[in-house]
Amino acid sequence: MKFDSARELAPAPESKSAATIKPQYELFINGKFEKPASKKYYHTINPATEERISSIAESNQADVDRAVKAARQAYEKTWKKMPGKERAKYIFRIARMVQERAREFSIVETLNGGKPIRESRDFDVPTAANHFFYYAGWADKLEYAFPNRQASPLGVAGQIIPWNFPLLMAAWKIAPALATGNTVVLKPAETTPLTALKLAEIIQEADLPPGVVNIITGAGATGAAIVNHPDVNKIAFTGSTDVGKIIQRAIAGTSKKATLELGGKAANIIFDDAPLDQAVEGVINGIFFNQGHVCCAGSRLYVQESVFDQVLRKLKDRMETLIVGDPMDKNTDIGAINSKAQLDTINKYLKIGLQEGADMYQSSCKLPGKGFFCRPTLFTNVAQSNRITQEEIFGPVLTIQTFRTDDEVIAKANNTPYGLSSGVWTDKGSKIFNLTTKLRSGVVWANTFNKFDPVSPFGGYKESGYGREGGLHGLYAYVNVK
Amino acid sequence: MLHWLQTKIFKMAVNGTLPDFSFSPHVDQVGIEERASRFTKRSIKNETKVNGLKLALNMIDLTTLEGKDTDGKVKQLCYKAMHLHDVYGGLPTVAAVCVYPSMVRVAKQALGNSGIKVAAVATAFPSGQAPRDVKIRDTKFAVDEGADEIDMVISRGKFHQGEYNFVFDEIAAVKEACSAARLKVILETGELVTYDKVRRASDIAMYAGADFIKTSTGKISPAATMPVTLVMLEAIRDFYYKTGKKIAMKPAGGISKAKLALHYLVMLNEVLGEEWMNNEWFRFGASSLANDILMQLMKQKTGVYQSPDYFSID
Repeated sequence: MKFDSARELAPAPESKSAATIKPQYELFINGKFEKPASKKYYHTINPATEERISSIAESNQADVDRAVKAARQAYEKTWKKMPGKERAKYIFRIARMVQERAREFSIVETLNGGKPIRESRDFDVPTAANHFFYYAGWADKLEYAFPNRQASPLGVAGQIIPWNFPLLMAAWKIAPALATGNTVVLKPAETTPLTALKLAEIIQEADLPPGVVNIITGAGATGAAIVNHPDVNKIAFTGSTDVGKIIQRAIAGTSKKATLELGGKAANIIFDDAPLDQAVEGVINGIFFNQGHVCCAGSRLYVQESVFDQVLRKLKDRMETLIVGDPMDKNTDIGAINSKAQLDTINKYLKIGLQEGADMYQSSCKLPGKGFFCRPTLFTNVAQSNRITQEEIFGPVLTIQTFRTDDEVIAKANNTPYGLSSGVWTDKGSKIFNLTTKLRSGVVWANTFNKFDPVSPFGGYKESGYGREGGLHGLYAYVNVK
Repeated sequence: MLHWLQTKIFKMAVNGTLPDFSFSPHVDQVGIEERASRFTKRSIKNETKVNGLKLALNMIDLTTLEGKDTDGKVKQLCYKAMHLHDVYGGLPTVAAVCVYPSMVRVAKQALGNSGIKVAAVATAFPSGQAPRDVKIRDTKFAVDEGADEIDMVISRGKFHQGEYNFVFDEIAAVKEACSAARLKVILETGELVTYDKVRRASDIAMYAGADFIKTSTGKISPAATMPVTLVMLEAIRDFYYKTGKKIAMKPAGGISKAKLALHYLVMLNEVLGEEWMNNEWFRFGASSLANDILMQLMKQKTGVYQSPDYFSID
């Protein structure tokens, strides 16, 4: 079957002019945009073109101190005393303003992060708005969330978020913190600060009391300064397992609470009685969504031996139809890898896979000359002992193994230090229940994958972290209950 | 004929190509509907749009299937088929004109050597509630009158009863009666209701000798939908994987807008690939689609929408 023409559609670019990006961004502290004490700025780029798009302030210790102080003051003076229904009004306002400026947000998200505009438009931005709406609803109902108990806020929450879903992760962190009466110092990822800074503009316009949300930019050192700050009561981190471990060591012995949402190496399991075409589609979405930059990506595929050939052929044909290229084009399925460093990591793993003797298959699409791109890739002829099966690659790379029995695949799926998510594809309900009880991961999707909803909690087992975000569970992470 | 049928089934059984249809693959409703809606997110612009619209025109089976059809009406339809919108210049014709068997001769004559095919609905269309010999006779009459293609209906009642062999044999028998004419097998998916049943009926039709599988008669609602068509395209793909034989697809009924037709073409292109992107392997069964496409083509050319009054309604 030939699919060249399916990929060769006339360009359908989203307009850059529908969003404004300032040439320089300051730190958002105490309700105002302030220059950094460090006086230093760094460039943020568009990974699809490698062009600089803005200068971003780099915070030092003094900036972090200022932000934490502002958050502390706001907490003591206004926010913790404010009735829930009043807090809710602010959060609802933020939610509505994110919705109103959805197009602008999605354009900026795509320009700064490299993800396809279709995804930022249809997933990132609407889901971010939904999180604000959802937690706004909880703000005045905490007594029902914790019946017969008293929930009180923790204080100042230090929140450090990753580059794969910049705005959405900011919403995941900020919304429950505000709903429960905490104040926030948030640091977006070094490579993708722009939508968080746009959110800061909205928060300013929404007239949130100064200091309730502070957004400061910078690299790892800024994050470390937040984690180590003595006046921060809670750390919420999403990112790599390595950094998660550093954070755990840093806060050991302190009274700081923490939730960590870390890496993953999810198993996606196809049984021979599964609806195969939909399973293949789920595998494609599971691993190629957001260029595979998803902590819960279904990066290990297990296919029951009797349908392996069929599934492999279907997968390859489907991969041929994926449009890789300009993230701003509305037809693009796979955009740019987020940074040069991440592309190097992915390429390193492709090399390791080949050295390990695995068979590599990539779609035949052409890649743009500039920017950071990677073809959708799958490896067959791999084992549990291959590094590409064990380690999180965080790119569009899938390994495929076969299995014969339920017990075998459960054992293999659990044979990983991670435990964030997994997927099961079968037409048999009893098999779904059997596996969901035995798979050691925070989320198990049945006959679907990568589905998110503000109402549904998300988080990991084992080295994928602890604590839950989203849903009622997400409130626990931000309160003391008596 | 019986001998031919038996030999065919025997051969398939020996080659291991004839599956047990009660084990046709299942379809996940949520998954298939989500996938189908994804095709509608493709943004089709400029030259891709113009090429797509022209291709869609060229894939239309321009249809009139009414009790009140007359020779005159059919002749007018045939003239429209050959001259869609002469003002535009360089437009393709439609693929075929689709009529009742009694109108085949008229249509054949009117279309002359235009290259446009004549398709006839046969086998007691649209209900299919007639004995097999009547259906065979209906088919043979249409073929003798000059039909290039036969659109048959399956016995949905028998299908629902689980009489898959009956349905299979009937299709094989009609195929035999078609001689050189290509056979389109209408599943009437609106009466099958579930995607699982659509898939099973598709498998039966293809293995029994269908050249096309077709969604609907146009007399039952719902007619063609994108998810149903996707189920059938995936069945065609699996059949092709297994046998190397290409089967054509015809969604019919309910496709009256150019934009929707483009969504179908995107779906076809991404499921079966470019070898299917022509009127030998894909058709739209439609009557009002042509004018909407013409209107869109004129809009692409002139930059403004014209009144429907500028487009003939034959």
